[in-house]
Amino acid sequence: MRRSALTSTLTFYLPLWAFLVLLLFPFYWMLVTAVRPNKELYNLSLNQLWTSHPTLQHFQKLLFATHFAPWLQNTMLIALGATVLALSCAVFAAYAVQRLRFRGSGVIGVAIFLSYLVPPVILFIPLARIINELGLWDRPAALILTYPTFLIPFATWLLMGYFKSIPVELEDCARIDGATRVQVLRHILLPLALPGILSALIFSFTLSWNEYLYALVFLSSTGSKTIPVGLATELITGDVFQWGPLMAGALLGSVPVALIYSFFVEHYVAGLTGALKE
Amino acid sequence: MPSVQVTTAARVVRPAGLVGRVLENHHALGVMMVTPALLILAIFLAYPFGLGVWLSFTNATIGQAGRFVGLGNFRYLLGDSVFRVVVLNTTLYAAAAVVCKLVLGFLLALLVNREFRGKRIVRAIMLLPWIVPTSLSALVFYWIYDPTFSIITWALRRIGLLHGFINYLGDPNLARASLIAANIWRGIPFFAIGLLAGLQTVSPTLYEAAAIDGAGPWQKFWFVTWPVLLPLTVVVTVFSTIMTVGDFQLIWIITHGGPANATHLFGTLAYQRAIQGGFIGEGAAISAFVLPVLVGAVMVSFHYLRRE
Repeated sequence: MRRSALTSTLTFYLPLWAFLVLLLFPFYWMLVTAVRPNKELYNLSLNQLWTSHPTLQHFQKLLFATHFAPWLQNTMLIALGATVLALSCAVFAAYAVQRLRFRGSGVIGVAIFLSYLVPPVILFIPLARIINELGLWDRPAALILTYPTFLIPFATWLLMGYFKSIPVELEDCARIDGATRVQVLRHILLPLALPGILSALIFSFTLSWNEYLYALVFLSSTGSKTIPVGLATELITGDVFQWGPLMAGALLGSVPVALIYSFFVEHYVAGLTGALKE
Repeated sequence: MPSVQVTTAARVVRPAGLVGRVLENHHALGVMMVTPALLILAIFLAYPFGLGVWLSFTNATIGQAGRFVGLGNFRYLLGDSVFRVVVLNTTLYAAAAVVCKLVLGFLLALLVNREFRGKRIVRAIMLLPWIVPTSLSALVFYWIYDPTFSIITWALRRIGLLHGFINYLGDPNLARASLIAANIWRGIPFFAIGLLAGLQTVSPTLYEAAAIDGAGPWQKFWFVTWPVLLPLTVVVTVFSTIMTVGDFQLIWIITHGGPANATHLFGTLAYQRAIQGGFIGEGAAISAFVLPVLVGAVMVSFHYLRRE
């Protein structure tokens, strides 16, 4: 009995804890740095892992002496805009490809899947030129229009899986009772696919919130940046130590996605595994 | 003799106007419904994709359309020592990071696939590195790799394993290792959750059958778990390889491609040359080197998806 307890500690609890410490330590470090006063941060003779004088001075500096507030506003606006645009396209595309077996639907399904594989690194240079020609440079619209290029394929693929799981008989019944195709979509499929739509919503919002490359390239003035880009470009200023405000910003920028995620974690995991299984 | 009464089926009444008829035709409706999605993908994905390929054959600069130079950019790049380092870096970065992520992610998936107290919360928080913005966790790693105030250095000195300091990002090889470590940290949850999904599809009856046939833990893994998991493992690995080869933000935030251009990947060098330096054609050519990886990955995933 003792032997098996020892074995399970060695082969299970020990590695599990090692993983958790490894995966969570950077977040702990983010938090501790954000609340330690400057005179402790840069004094190596003190215990670095703890502080007995937590302070909010870094948050104060971040919120009132940097452009963090407009960055937050921009990030929110762009993430919401891109998510709404992408999802309204994806719902119809997924229904059409999955349920209306129209001419070319198979090819379109594959094309949407393939477009999901194209990494932004291949696209950002030509896109910069296109954004410039469309007069969208340094505007939120540049990102609201380009983020759907990775959101639509993902959301469509995820929703196709959901639509597939809804029995066709339900649709047939409604059709026999005289419902139009649009009514079937609105009154039968959409309500049943709501969990899928919610997952797609969460995914799209987090992906947009986290995006870095396009935001770095297409936005240039300090006030129009998003949190991921603004923090890294405006707060790393050569010799001046800004680690406190920087970690405070990293923390505040991570909290919204972590919160959304924790509320919908079941959906998130189900959606993710569903999308991978498809 | 009972008579059977036949009535005509109630005719379904649907709108008869032109709009109604179009909405009822599944071809027309289908095309209408995919049009918005396809329009966005055509303008902001397919067109730039083609434009990028064209630009890689030109000497375009910022503000100048440029003219066709054939393989000039590619020939120039192959002779460029910085670019050669990029090819080596990308190979090393992708190979080392993907293998470690696969092994560690698989171990984590096996661990959390068990029944234990707190299973749900562990499964939830283990995803955090993958959920939070990578650029923000990259900032934390930048701080962890600080030459003076690094927490790793502090801890090593505290327990007496180290007396000097470590300049994590100042030495080329150390900088590469540091970046790979950060990439692995971020990618483990993706593999773990993907493979966990696969593990949960393995039916317990298969294990029972294997146990009856006298299979030990290794045999169960090798003959039951692995065959079921293989296709999913391939898809997750292919996807992660594309993402790792196309990585940008971790590198750009932590090292900016330095020290002395030693840690660039295709993305960061393309950004430096095209956006910062203005050589659009050359930058597009650098990005184009990601294409063979992409095509290879697509072929592999199709091969396995078709077998499924």
